[in-house]
Amino acid sequence: MKLSSSKSSLTGIIAALLAVIVFVAGCSQPGSGGSSGGANSGTAEAGAEGSAAPGSGGSAVGFIFVGTKDDYGYNQAAYLGSQAVEKAFPDLKVLRSENVPETAEAERVMEQMIKDGAKIIFPTSYGHLEPALNVAKRHPDVAFYHQGGLKTAANLGTYFGTIWEPVYLAGVTAGKMSKTGKLGYIVSVPIPQVLLNVNAFELGAKSVNPDATTSVVFTGSWCDPGQQANAVNSLLDGGADVISQHQDCSKTIVEAAERRGAMTVGYHADSSALAPKGWLTGSEWNWPDLFVDMVRTAADGGFKGSVYDGKYRGMLKDDVVRLSTFGSAVPDEVKAFVEERKQEIVDGTLHPFAGPVKDQSGQERIAAGQAPTTDELEAMDYLVEGVVGSIPQ
Amino acid sequence: MIADILTGAVRSGTSVMLASQGELISERAGVINLGTEGSMLAGALGGFAVTVWTGNPWLGALAGGGCGLLLSLLHAVLVVGFGANQLATGLAIMFFGIGLTSFFGRDFVSSQIVGFNPVPIPLLSDIPFVGGILFNHDPLTYLSVLLVPAIWYLLFRTRLGIMVRTAGEREDVLFASGLNPRLIRACAVLAGGFLAGLGGAQLSIAYTHSWVENMTAGRGVVAVALVIFASWKPQRAMLGAYLFGAAQALQLTVQQQGWAISPFFLFMFPYLLTLAALLLVERRKLSRTPEALGRVLAGDPGG
Repeated sequence: MKLSSSKSSLTGIIAALLAVIVFVAGCSQPGSGGSSGGANSGTAEAGAEGSAAPGSGGSAVGFIFVGTKDDYGYNQAAYLGSQAVEKAFPDLKVLRSENVPETAEAERVMEQMIKDGAKIIFPTSYGHLEPALNVAKRHPDVAFYHQGGLKTAANLGTYFGTIWEPVYLAGVTAGKMSKTGKLGYIVSVPIPQVLLNVNAFELGAKSVNPDATTSVVFTGSWCDPGQQANAVNSLLDGGADVISQHQDCSKTIVEAAERRGAMTVGYHADSSALAPKGWLTGSEWNWPDLFVDMVRTAADGGFKGSVYDGKYRGMLKDDVVRLSTFGSAVPDEVKAFVEERKQEIVDGTLHPFAGPVKDQSGQERIAAGQAPTTDELEAMDYLVEGVVGSIPQ
Repeated sequence: MIADILTGAVRSGTSVMLASQGELISERAGVINLGTEGSMLAGALGGFAVTVWTGNPWLGALAGGGCGLLLSLLHAVLVVGFGANQLATGLAIMFFGIGLTSFFGRDFVSSQIVGFNPVPIPLLSDIPFVGGILFNHDPLTYLSVLLVPAIWYLLFRTRLGIMVRTAGEREDVLFASGLNPRLIRACAVLAGGFLAGLGGAQLSIAYTHSWVENMTAGRGVVAVALVIFASWKPQRAMLGAYLFGAAQALQLTVQQQGWAISPFFLFMFPYLLTLAALLLVERRKLSRTPEALGRVLAGDPGG
């Protein structure tokens, strides 16, 4: 009777609940969250009429971010770049939109920016690439600079930095500083960018301590503070004494490690202020000068044929990627040692991925005497020997 | 390693546990509240904001509970007051909570707080194995553990508890005794919202010391599922929450062993475990479903 009828519907409820769980858990990744759209700041008078060169003749520059501007991470770094553009071009209005999901919503935001006079647009998240390609097709007079993309179009170039160079140096620092020789690395999902950084970190640590291992932990999300705190505790309980990360928001991890007296390596932005005792160093993007140059190039009508018309990759020697300031925990001789390695990378005498490099199974992936190209590195699909953790094969 | 997982179970299970205790009170009174996720978020943000402003995490915890309660007030008004569909209303409130807190939380993402820190209990925390697992946590966690027998006592050994349970079983009996079943239901929903908010606050001001939009990431929905798994019993809901926490900790520990298990499978693990537990329990314990809740689940609008 009543009981049997509620039994079958209980199954339905459970199924519905699970669907919701999966949905909401998925929402925890910035980009798929159905959160506040973030308002464009200000309006501008209608743009001047389009000229042939993409990016020129506009009255505004648009920036869209997948998260919030002060996340001590990826978005904060890009936001700093947008501030530099604002300062360098007083005549151009800077339009910003935060929390733009990686969906058709991004197209709508970009269209609105173009209506408001923008001829140059920076879609700064990896997942903004497809929406940007669509909008770029409709507006050949607008120049697009996409951050980290692997695809380009006539009026869409991508830019990024070889962040694995400073990550390698951070690994050297961690290898020198760790007492246990066990390093922890908190990441989101196994994509090439992530694997590249984990590998660079381990290779750096191993270059100074052959026994150093890096335990990698995937959280499944770019920003889930609860799982981040779990991961910090779990890695420290497992014997690690240095925590590094590749997440969009890094504050929880840095603070949690500091509270437990562990050492931390940062990523994306300088968060040394969050960990006065345990901060070692970190890897940062230095977008301001690059963004200003990119805007100038496009606004002057020189987008086509410039270095930015395609896949631009700024390196340590270009100062597009940087090693963060060292924390007070790092002694002078370690600083000097790391600075020497840094100079070798800048000079081109040291390549972090110079062979021989073996993967976890001991198979040689990069032969002795070989140094892979940036394109080859950006397709990385394995973890190097010394990394503890597994990726789907 | 086992001790690490069990410690992790308590650490990451506490926020879910608090929310599930709240939801349990609400469901015992016959109202299922899927808006628990929203109440947790409201509590996480409210608690964090007040801790930023006052520097006092206790005030923050209280405010967190208050914010959770406010959001559940919406559920109570719509469901108990106007007889709206419980499931649809709850879902709507959940997404409302996600949007609302993302909007108002923007300025708090980079704020730093001095929140609750683990306070080892003297002597007890020195016991090998058990000491670390049970007696080295933040004050809200200790409080949450004490709360479980308190809720059990309240529900099953007091007159108030009988009233709440009767509201969820036979409201006409309450009516006949001159009591207002709607009022009792509404109060149960509000109590549930308060505890969910407290759970959210535990996540933001005790466990992570951060606020990030949508930081509960489905924990509130898990809490609702756990109540069903727990056959509406406080002690089993506690066990279920710690099971979920343990699965989350286990997932991370397993990754560090270097076994060839895909991380994508491990991401599913806590939910799979919850699903398995739910299915297992559905077979055996159905007769304990509060009757009013059974009607909601069977498609009656409830209210």
